[in-house]
Amino acid sequence: MDRLTASKLTRRHFVVTAATAAGGFAIGLSIAPRTARAAPVVAQPWNDDHAYDPHEIDAWIAIDPDDSILIRYQRAEMGQGSMTALPMMIAEELQCDWSKVRIEYASPNRNIRENKVYGDMFSNGSRTVRASQKRVQQVGASARERLIAAAATRWNVPATECTAAASVVTHAQSGRTLRYGEVAADAAKVVLAKEPAIKTPDKFTFIGKPMPRIDVVHKIDGSAKFGIDAQIPGMVFAAINACPVPGGKLKSVDESPAAGAPGVLKVVRLDDAVAVVATGSYWRAKQALARLQPEWDVGEAGAVDSDMLSKTFRAALSEPMLTARNDGDFDQGIAGAAKTFEAVYETPYLSHSPMEPMNATVHLQPDRLDVWFGTQAADSALMAAARYAGLKPEQVYIHNAFVGGGFGRRDANDEVAQAIAIARAVQRPVKLVWTREEDTRQDKFRPHAVVAFKAGVGVDGMPTAWSMRVVTSSILKTVGRPLPPNKPEPMAVAGLADNGYNVPNMRVEALHKNTHLPVWFWRAPGANQHVFAIESFLDEMGSAAGLDPYQMRRKLLEGKPDWLKVLDTAAEMGDWGKPLPHGSGRGIAICEDTDSLCAQVAEVTVKPNGDVKVNRVTVALDTRYMVNPLTIAEQAEGSVIFGLSAALYGKITIKDGIPVQGNFDTYRMVRLAEAPKIDVHLVPSGGKVWGGAGEPATPPIAAAVANAIFAATGKRIRTLPIIDHDLSYKSA
Amino acid sequence: MITLTVNGSQYQVDLEPDTPLLWALRDAVGLTGTKFGCGIAQCGACTVHINGQAMRSCSVPIGALKNASITTIEGLSPDGKHPVQQAWLAEDVPQCGYCQSGQIMATVAFLKRNPNPTDADIDAGITNICRCGTYERLRRAIHRAADLMKA
Repeated sequence: MDRLTASKLTRRHFVVTAATAAGGFAIGLSIAPRTARAAPVVAQPWNDDHAYDPHEIDAWIAIDPDDSILIRYQRAEMGQGSMTALPMMIAEELQCDWSKVRIEYASPNRNIRENKVYGDMFSNGSRTVRASQKRVQQVGASARERLIAAAATRWNVPATECTAAASVVTHAQSGRTLRYGEVAADAAKVVLAKEPAIKTPDKFTFIGKPMPRIDVVHKIDGSAKFGIDAQIPGMVFAAINACPVPGGKLKSVDESPAAGAPGVLKVVRLDDAVAVVATGSYWRAKQALARLQPEWDVGEAGAVDSDMLSKTFRAALSEPMLTARNDGDFDQGIAGAAKTFEAVYETPYLSHSPMEPMNATVHLQPDRLDVWFGTQAADSALMAAARYAGLKPEQVYIHNAFVGGGFGRRDANDEVAQAIAIARAVQRPVKLVWTREEDTRQDKFRPHAVVAFKAGVGVDGMPTAWSMRVVTSSILKTVGRPLPPNKPEPMAVAGLADNGYNVPNMRVEALHKNTHLPVWFWRAPGANQHVFAIESFLDEMGSAAGLDPYQMRRKLLEGKPDWLKVLDTAAEMGDWGKPLPHGSGRGIAICEDTDSLCAQVAEVTVKPNGDVKVNRVTVALDTRYMVNPLTIAEQAEGSVIFGLSAALYGKITIKDGIPVQGNFDTYRMVRLAEAPKIDVHLVPSGGKVWGGAGEPATPPIAAAVANAIFAATGKRIRTLPIIDHDLSYKSA
Repeated sequence: MITLTVNGSQYQVDLEPDTPLLWALRDAVGLTGTKFGCGIAQCGACTVHINGQAMRSCSVPIGALKNASITTIEGLSPDGKHPVQQAWLAEDVPQCGYCQSGQIMATVAFLKRNPNPTDADIDAGITNICRCGTYERLRRAIHRAADLMKA
């Protein structure tokens, strides 16, 4: 039996054993993974301990004698489709048969032990594809050349006379062929004199084709394993309640109400939280925890509320700020303006709220730590877990799962720190799961921000001087990373400083003001809120002069063909200018984010009672290049809905220092009935830089909708969410 | 001990009668395809069929299920080829996929009541939350599944 077979058997055996041990009570259990169906990825995506394969060409690629190919994927699959896209890039260079490709997560532990052979393993900033592009193309190209070299050696012909296609090496002169599976073992020993050049985009034949996602097959039958689905022999369950005022500490807790509750093993006190551990079911732990009434030391933060924060942030608009951009001379420009405008826009804290609540399953042993969870950054999770556990990185095994929604939340590792502390206290493998309320309130939030605009326009109504001043919290400060010297962090001015408009005098400044509420990266950080502000304010200026919002933007983007292409595409496909019934309107917005461009046209209807329905959204997206257009379109559709939930309903308010909203009854999401028809048009423009796909369609939607509401009702929205505004009017 | 009939098999579950079916399925029976999303019947990620009806299993205590026939996503079809699953695959619906077991179970029950659904029927009948925002494809897949089931 070779090692591959052995590892497959082990995996199957492991699952059955684990489930029985965890359930303990179940009879007639049979949940062996459905590997029988030929699927390009196994339903339980986490890797074996050592992540080696006997038929490896290198750490990335293994080719079996039967030509089946294993490609390792080093980042996270959280729905963005990159577990399909990156292997497609390797396959492009490898010249292999895609139908015979299997994909698995690369091992973070191996990455540590082999000098970062997989490089960075994170998925954030819409960087999964574009930050890997050169590297994974090189991986595929190198393997191809080694396979060719191995075949050429066997034939005793020059490698230059051989070609590779569809997993076969061919020597045309002699008509001989060898399958990849026949030369893979030799290829593994080949050392190339120099690395082959990778393909330029004009040579791509597979990259750019819409391909179904490889993980979908497991996401329609319940077999896909998320972190929350981990089942470990001897595992117990933990529920946790952290101090509701972020930053507060646990003062005391009377354990007696939990004593004797079914299955309860232990009440665990952490510095800032209390947890209950139970056998048999998470429900037992959760119920027992609900009986406790911990006392917290919340300090001054316990007096903070949303009104106070809003007043503080608005007051700070007059303070000195850090400059992000300063074109021309704003003061001189505004002095000569025909007319001036001022407005303040405000956006609230938001929770990420992935559908899979935060969780982590850990098995802590004296010389080894295993963590099963869904993470956007398995490599930094490994380093963090090693620190929390007091182990060497080589002793830590992160088993990444299918990630049940990330949106920026799943790279902070706070749940891992808690799970390790609890496991240490109970000396058992532990599955920690947060309630939805905990997930919302213990989030690291999308920052609260206020933006003050001042602008001057010429006699034609077009802006000639524009100042943008921001007060918001620094994400880097929460993260613990250094801030850039003498300028604001990029997220504080994203969507503002990188606007594409030709305005001769433009100044963008920001002031970081952090509170007790931790803030974090939230899909399209900064841009997700500031694009609402800038694109709405631009409409304010235009409407005062009677300018068409689309034509006004066209004029301000003159000489920028890529910006104009997305703007024109959205306008044309979104039927800009066509008549709409009374009470309906269209709005347009555009932005640059993650080096991509996105424009959207939203069409809304506002009923006389003020109810808003977004009927239709047209998206034009320029990601510069495309690996898998299908998943890019899906990301654009999802981004619109994600941004629309925030625009229409999203806010976390603070009372007595505590985030008020907890579950989906108070933190409302767009559902099918509120979801607009979405048309996505992909218009890649090429160029030097690859753009992101996961985020850039998030920022424009709030402004597109708010501008459409203005078109429909004449009411200007300067604060989100929209649902807080009275949009009712007398019907004609 | 409470006996649960899940996907045609009987399971002896040693949990309290007030335990929601969701946690009995996940932690005792070992079927993790049914997902925890909110715990208050808001999101629908935990949707299963109880005697053919779509129910949010986070809010159904197992003590009430002694004679009930429970179907989870794992028991929907032997081969993953239920028309709704086929439609989901064809439309490439799932992104993160976490809510999709519930979306599929809700849709299967919905289409039994509404074999020819209009968009308005779908709006009223499918209320599960998808945070990835797959609604565009989800709606197309519901229509496609309805067509497949008629064929």
